[in-house]
Amino acid sequence: MKTIVKYVMLDLVKNKTIIVYAIILGLLSVSVLSMDSNSSKGILSLLNITLLFVPIIGILFSTIYFFNSIEFTELLLAQPIKRKTMLLAQYIAVAAALCIAYVLGVGIPIAIFYSGLAAFTLLISGLFLTLIFSALALLIFVLFKDKTKGIGAAIIVALFFTLLFDGLLLSFIYSFSEYPIDKPLLGLISLNPVDLGRILVLLQLDVAVMMGYSGALFKKFMGSATGSIYTVICMIFWIIFPIIMSARIFRKKDL
Amino acid sequence: MISIEHLTKSFSKFIALDDISLKFERGQAISLLGPNGSGKTTLIKSILGLVIPEKGKIEIDGKEIRSSWEYRSQIGYMPQIGRYPENMTVGQVIGMLKEIRRDCKKLDEELIAGLGIPGFLNKTMKSLSGGTRQKVSACLAFLFSPDILILDEPTAGLDPLSSELLKDKIAKERENGKLILITSHVLSDLDGITSDIVYLQDSKLMFYKSVDELKMSTGEQKLNKVIATIMQNQLPKHSNN
Repeated sequence: MKTIVKYVMLDLVKNKTIIVYAIILGLLSVSVLSMDSNSSKGILSLLNITLLFVPIIGILFSTIYFFNSIEFTELLLAQPIKRKTMLLAQYIAVAAALCIAYVLGVGIPIAIFYSGLAAFTLLISGLFLTLIFSALALLIFVLFKDKTKGIGAAIIVALFFTLLFDGLLLSFIYSFSEYPIDKPLLGLISLNPVDLGRILVLLQLDVAVMMGYSGALFKKFMGSATGSIYTVICMIFWIIFPIIMSARIFRKKDL
Repeated sequence: MISIEHLTKSFSKFIALDDISLKFERGQAISLLGPNGSGKTTLIKSILGLVIPEKGKIEIDGKEIRSSWEYRSQIGYMPQIGRYPENMTVGQVIGMLKEIRRDCKKLDEELIAGLGIPGFLNKTMKSLSGGTRQKVSACLAFLFSPDILILDEPTAGLDPLSSELLKDKIAKERENGKLILITSHVLSDLDGITSDIVYLQDSKLMFYKSVDELKMSTGEQKLNKVIATIMQNQLPKHSNN
């Protein structure tokens, strides 16, 4: 497994998309951070950039990479290698490469301009989102035989979590506003990794006005410590569940 | 060495392999022939464990291969289309496979030298032509001196010189008592290196006979003539069904 991860990483660090992704993140971070004098405002802008770019780029890049390397996967599976090992090695390599790009693009500017708990949480949140959306890409890869359909599914999943889910949540809040829906709402938010990533950072920032409904709920019900632990646990689940599912399905997939 | 019993596989509604039973032994060089979509690649992939059959079983040296993976150390596979990670160099691909197969003590680097691979070890895979990539695939199949060689269209895309070299290597390995499975549409390339022919059509096994037997029954000497004669004799029968 280590061997496969190592060599796939060697391929990925030279991949143009990864390099461009890191550079764009870096440029955005530097420009946002040098514009705002207020540190929490800078972090908030970076949070929005992270929540917009990381899921879409993460899931699309991973899906395309998995589908493109299908012939190589076949060649390696003709060697004495377990299917599970092969799949995990590919996931680790792709997710690690995207994480490195994120750390270079966002982590370094943050370290230069600010430090502090909120900045650190933003970094953690971005890395979690990278791991989650590449895991979802892995699931898409094992579920679809056709590359085009797979990419379509990846776009739908990314759009669903970044845009559609919040709309559905709002209409849910609106139609049930007469009832005590605070607790079911907390459960619903856990179903969206992008919201979890947002809340994790917001809990560390003392900007109650900007927290929005979901953030305020989390703070009210759990306080920032318990809230953070809960979101982290949810996000870990969001990584592990798709990977386990993928490994199961991949065991019986025809290549 | 390989025994296949009642192998059946379908993809949604399309039946790719229909109740195939075959037995291959050491020292045989078997050509898998048949029109496009007749199930040749599916058969190969079933032996490699890349395609999971619905019914039937495949045994290698008496052991069923279902859900095991260790048996693949005995197999060298050359795929029809060799696509590799674009930014990896040829040297890295070969190095990677060698590291994965640390268990293998007996490396066979004859083809690497013969096909001139050392000349482009530092080139990335995306900069290579299709034929050169094919050469890399061929080297990888033979590298770990496997007992079973599975070659899917090995000579397609190779220049005549490399193609001859590969054919000589195949003949040599056969003499060393290895089992060789080849699919190819270039029948003239198979002349002289195959001992037996498996003919698949519409996912069914039409026949499995030795080349000598076929030459006797058709009275032809060249393999492409032999196959042409058989196909002509079978076609009318087939359309009557």
